[in-house]
Amino acid sequence: MSVGAALQRLRDRVLVARDSKTALEIRGGCTKRFYGNVPRGEPLDVCELAGITSYEPTELVVTVLAGTPLLEVESVLAERGQCLPFEPPHFGAAGTVGGMVAAGLAGPARACAGPLRDFVLGVTMLNGMGERLTFGGQVMKNVAGYDVSRVIAGSLGILGVICEVSLKVMPVLPACRTLCVEMDETAALKQLNRLAGESFPMNASAWHRGLLYLRLAGAKAAVGRAIEAAGGREIEPQAAAAWWTDIRDHRHEFFALSDVQLERGECSWRLAVPDSAPPIVLPGEQFIEWGGGQRWWRSAAPASQIRSAAARAGGHATLVRAADKRPGVFTALKPASMNIHKRLKQSFDPAGIFNPGRLYPEL
Amino acid sequence: MNETSPRTPSNAPAPRAAQQSLVVSSLAKILPASSILYRGEDTAPYECDALTAYRQLPLVVVIPESEAQVAAVLAACHALNVPVVARGAGTGLSGGALPHAMGVSLSLAKFNSIVKVDPVARTAVVQCGVRNLAISEAAAPYGLYYAPDPSSQIACTIGGNVAENSGGVHCLKYGLTLHNVLRVRGFTAEGEAVEFGSEAPDTAGLDLLPLVVGSEGMLAVIMEVTVRLLPRPVQARCIMASFATVESAGAAVAAVIAAGIIPAGLELMDKRMTAAAEDYVHAGYDLDAAAILLCESDGTAAEVDEEIERAIDVLNANGATRIAISRDEQQRLQFWSGRKNAFPASGRMSPDYMCMDSTIPRKRLAEMLRTIGEMEGKYALRCVNVFHAGDGNLHPLILFDANDPDEMRRCELFGADILETSIKLGGTVTGEHGVGVEKLNSMCVQFSPAERAQMMAVKSAFDPAGLLNPGKVIPSLQRCAEYGKMHVHRGVLKFPELPRF
Repeated sequence: MSVGAALQRLRDRVLVARDSKTALEIRGGCTKRFYGNVPRGEPLDVCELAGITSYEPTELVVTVLAGTPLLEVESVLAERGQCLPFEPPHFGAAGTVGGMVAAGLAGPARACAGPLRDFVLGVTMLNGMGERLTFGGQVMKNVAGYDVSRVIAGSLGILGVICEVSLKVMPVLPACRTLCVEMDETAALKQLNRLAGESFPMNASAWHRGLLYLRLAGAKAAVGRAIEAAGGREIEPQAAAAWWTDIRDHRHEFFALSDVQLERGECSWRLAVPDSAPPIVLPGEQFIEWGGGQRWWRSAAPASQIRSAAARAGGHATLVRAADKRPGVFTALKPASMNIHKRLKQSFDPAGIFNPGRLYPEL
Repeated sequence: MNETSPRTPSNAPAPRAAQQSLVVSSLAKILPASSILYRGEDTAPYECDALTAYRQLPLVVVIPESEAQVAAVLAACHALNVPVVARGAGTGLSGGALPHAMGVSLSLAKFNSIVKVDPVARTAVVQCGVRNLAISEAAAPYGLYYAPDPSSQIACTIGGNVAENSGGVHCLKYGLTLHNVLRVRGFTAEGEAVEFGSEAPDTAGLDLLPLVVGSEGMLAVIMEVTVRLLPRPVQARCIMASFATVESAGAAVAAVIAAGIIPAGLELMDKRMTAAAEDYVHAGYDLDAAAILLCESDGTAAEVDEEIERAIDVLNANGATRIAISRDEQQRLQFWSGRKNAFPASGRMSPDYMCMDSTIPRKRLAEMLRTIGEMEGKYALRCVNVFHAGDGNLHPLILFDANDPDEMRRCELFGADILETSIKLGGTVTGEHGVGVEKLNSMCVQFSPAERAQMMAVKSAFDPAGLLNPGKVIPSLQRCAEYGKMHVHRGVLKFPELPRF
């Protein structure tokens, strides 16, 4: 099917849903349905919108239709020595670029490379009136009008159907090596804050069960010297790559909650806090990433306890995996912010058809 | 350019005078008399920003000293349905802080304290009126700095940088303001406290920070900003490369990027700009070159050496005719001195100049330069060119005499032609200076009516009454319709003296 025909079909579906006020669940590869509040609505599949529209390695830009598998895009970039530096997670081979942008999730390199939204240069979308809108573009610097494309990143599809995105890509760094050092949580957090304030080629970090893992990337000489200076044990490159990928995709044993564990009330929480926040004490087990800025907890503690711990640390908590999501997945917004959210939702999607409730029940 | 209204409040129509006394008496309950200006001679310094061709006396100027006063001013204006235009240092280049004839200009100049520099978290919390460079100065004792460096950084404020999403020569590697701001705190149009972003890596809900950053004061009034500080690079060195043609310089820019090098800065100047800059600062530029490239590398000594070596190979392979590498910090600054003084150097060549700011895909640089050369003949005006070549951001400076109405008219047409050509080449009408009032017409060309309507709806979501800096950034449907008609009529503006908002 041609792109034009696929777009037309989506548009027709949107208009019918608008007129009948029918909820639509926007779907790509369906690999992230576990994330956010429980999806509802008739499926609106965007997978027919697939393919790389343009890729200009010298421009550092790739423009991709939303239903294109992320794996396909990454392999095309890799052929030219480029990548998506925020390391988007893969929760299955079918995951699409549209889903990646809608979820806004990033992997281990996030703290050093920046969030997904920093790499979104432009978005073409359908709003709730079925209008095809393009915001941003294909260039690095663009301040013409409001930066709507970056709000779409991480919006969980509540504002519209992402049709096409332009992403900034970067060269793969010439050298990449991983170190492991024994260290307790307090010392590890201090060390991570210290290294982030120095010219140290840190690219990713993780702390789990008394071990601090540092991934260094950059110019060969710089990484070589930093490895010598930092000390610790170097992990063999292939094993290290596999380990970081398991973290990224939540295949590491820490993230694997069995059905039995879930039924017992154990949950997976993500706490996003300032990376200089002191250790957070909660019942359960912790896995720290992003230089201290992302602290995962496997815990059966009540949601209120976890959320208040996150708030005290200056951040927020997200219920990522749980048998029961009734306590709410995302931290509640303050009234002034919720009012803006409601009016934004209303402006893009007046009939309230796109992914209703996925972000907040009110939206 | 359009004078938006006469500068004579003394003979202004009665409704304005009545409204003025109503607003002043309401504000007098909140602020001391010394913080309220409304006589023409007092408000004249606020009639424009750095885009001086557009001037408008505000109804009233207020200069509050506390956040409580700002909130109360906003609430009072909201109750009276009076527009509010927030203002920092007034260094903006697109008329974003141009006053509203019936509105209050809200000067935030008194909010100039650095609240906190946290070397462990590598952040600084600063009030909106703190100058860009002052942040780096405060962070310097900890070996940290704030990366975005717009050329006006000694004067421009962080609040203005947030409003415009300002860039600078180093944003190729370090990003724009958005990428270096973690959180902003301020007030809605109603005067209600609101916060966007977080010192944590993200926030719950929609990520509204990218909407607020670059919104030119139309969505909220920002009082306090948390910025990310970076470790100051141990070393920086700059390559100055000459090219025999602009095409080969443009190709070299693409080749550097294709080789996987992201320089800290990658700037291009054409021959005429080089000559003007050399005449002004004596930087030692190659006057025979058709174009020169400045390519900077920063980081640890080892990183810099490795990158400089790779970059030189690429530049040589792409036809560089001469290469010089800065041997020390003094020489590096000397290489940059001409580039950083490009605007004043142009000012010496002509009574006035108009600075354009479009962005195009890098690969179209040479084509764009050729087209601009042809336009010089078409409009009978000279143009010199400096580019943030690494990210395709152009700053053609059109030289003209504002006292000659026909030169002024041709200059406007020349500028509009550059912007529309940039859109055709796959670019955008503004890379870092903002739309303000200057590029409202070009927004009609870049965005469809539905896209502009959606942007208007975004504004309404933040500011339902439409009181924050109204009339900027998003042109009305009516204005675009008129602009479209004018285009049909052989591209000559009718009634250039009329306001067109």
